[in-house]
Amino acid sequence: MRIVVCVKHVPDATASRSFAASDGTVDRAGADGLLSELDEYAVEEALRIAGDSGGEVTVLTIGPEPALDATRKALQMGADAAVHVVDDAMHGSDALATSRVLAAAVARIGADSPVDVVLCGMASTDGAMGVVPAMLAERLDLPALTYAADVVVDGDTVTVRRDGDVATETVAASLPVLVSVTDQINEPRYPSFKGIMAAKKKPVETWSLSDLGVEADQVGLSAAWSTVREVQARPPRTQGTVVTDEGDGGTRLAAYLAEQKFV
Amino acid sequence: MSEVLVLVDHVDGSVRKTTAELLTIARRLGEPSAVFCGAGIDTGREALAAYGAEKVYVLDASDLTDYLVAPKAEALAQLVARVAPVALLVPSTPEAREIAARVAVKTGSGIITDAVEVQAGPPDDGAGPVTTQSVFAGAYTVTATVTTGTPVIVVKPNSVTPQQVGGAAVEETVEVTVSDAARTARVIGREPRTSSGRPELTEAAIVVSGGRGTSGNFAPVEALADVLGAAVGASRAAVDSGWYPHSYQVGQTGKTVSPQLYVAVGISGAIQHRAGMQTSRTIVAVNKDGEAPIFELVDFGVVGDLAKVLPQATEAIAARKG
Repeated sequence: MRIVVCVKHVPDATASRSFAASDGTVDRAGADGLLSELDEYAVEEALRIAGDSGGEVTVLTIGPEPALDATRKALQMGADAAVHVVDDAMHGSDALATSRVLAAAVARIGADSPVDVVLCGMASTDGAMGVVPAMLAERLDLPALTYAADVVVDGDTVTVRRDGDVATETVAASLPVLVSVTDQINEPRYPSFKGIMAAKKKPVETWSLSDLGVEADQVGLSAAWSTVREVQARPPRTQGTVVTDEGDGGTRLAAYLAEQKFV
Repeated sequence: MSEVLVLVDHVDGSVRKTTAELLTIARRLGEPSAVFCGAGIDTGREALAAYGAEKVYVLDASDLTDYLVAPKAEALAQLVARVAPVALLVPSTPEAREIAARVAVKTGSGIITDAVEVQAGPPDDGAGPVTTQSVFAGAYTVTATVTTGTPVIVVKPNSVTPQQVGGAAVEETVEVTVSDAARTARVIGREPRTSSGRPELTEAAIVVSGGRGTSGNFAPVEALADVLGAAVGASRAAVDSGWYPHSYQVGQTGKTVSPQLYVAVGISGAIQHRAGMQTSRTIVAVNKDGEAPIFELVDFGVVGDLAKVLPQATEAIAARKG
């Protein structure tokens, strides 16, 4: 069983995130980066599936130099190998270009022996578009079992449970498949000391666009199919009235809601 | 005038409010055409006409419902290629988001997600519709335009007040041809959720959410919600503790809501939660910790024990309503 987990290095959501003044792209230098929290669930699920089936987990990321930190965390958690695609030409890429490069990288990883499962988190915690898993499946022509809250691999059949608003669905497909997971699926492990030490010796490959046969003019800000017109910081909300309950807190709350015409 | 395609969100034909919103936005950009996938058009027809659909494309084939999104995306991409619309508008549900993503790849089109506003582009520069997004947990407002292909735009609920304008709703049944490649992720079981009887979380005008501070007792939260006619939400802490189902989670990994009034009860207000509710019009909080970050956002807050404050508020509101 060969599993590839796609992960993203994102600005820490608890830090002050912003945009580069020069070109309106996400400022990746201004805030500390880390492995996108939603991708930790994908890494954990990959390790679980690999553990059950004697498989091998390769973690894949795209991004400038610091993105390597995201793969390092995944290696510390227990992934076997990492691939980092880095190329200045990719700066400012949209989701379409990102999925194009990811697809090329997965294809190359699978060149020697085929990839059985591609795992993704349901969305990143920065752009939060939630479109890359579907785009990647489209480009790789793989069955996509998305928003999985539970994954069962039995022989070459993968079955997932999806908890939707209207219904809970059970969906199945044959390997190879792409699976995206929600934060309901598992509890990601913390890297152990042993894991942290072992990660230092694990193979990390660095590829450029030319290694993947992707032309530089197919990616990056100039090739993006949408453009940002304007970025404006929203003024922070100003605190209104905060009262301490002295036996009449509920009554005062009701009075406020009535005054605001919500009652 | 050119067509604007709107992907209809419906449950067995019963059209959701977001579709009325999308049709209203579509009218700003061109002539609204609804795209109805699956069975139930007899139920849905009236609402689509009422909110201004001039055309209704009906795509009804078992392939569309027996598999996950791939067949719908294929059929929609074929329609986009044929009609060459000004834009394709889809609601911000997980399914529609995936369909949009795939249609963008198939048709070579740019995509914008989670627009809270869509307006026609400036007439002189030939650009597509201009979208507004609220990003980084509401800290920034971004306007953007799709520059290549058919603009594919995922629109958030409550982005506009639906207008009843009356459309011709001329129906056309579209022949659906689905490739074998799109028939690979089979739906083998579907268990409908039982309805809470309350408004849908993302569509509700008022949301009352409970968090860790409820200690698992949502009864006071639900009672306040019911007297206000509100939807009930939950913080991640409450969901992770198993106190409330995940489909009610408000925040980064759950639903994003933007109601007229958001009441946070026993919720500290971590950034992940704020990401899901920060753009609410009015924010009210009840929390026993006066230092909780949620109070930085509130228009009105009560520092106190929710077990005392909520029932008193519920009673007072009920009394006011008579």
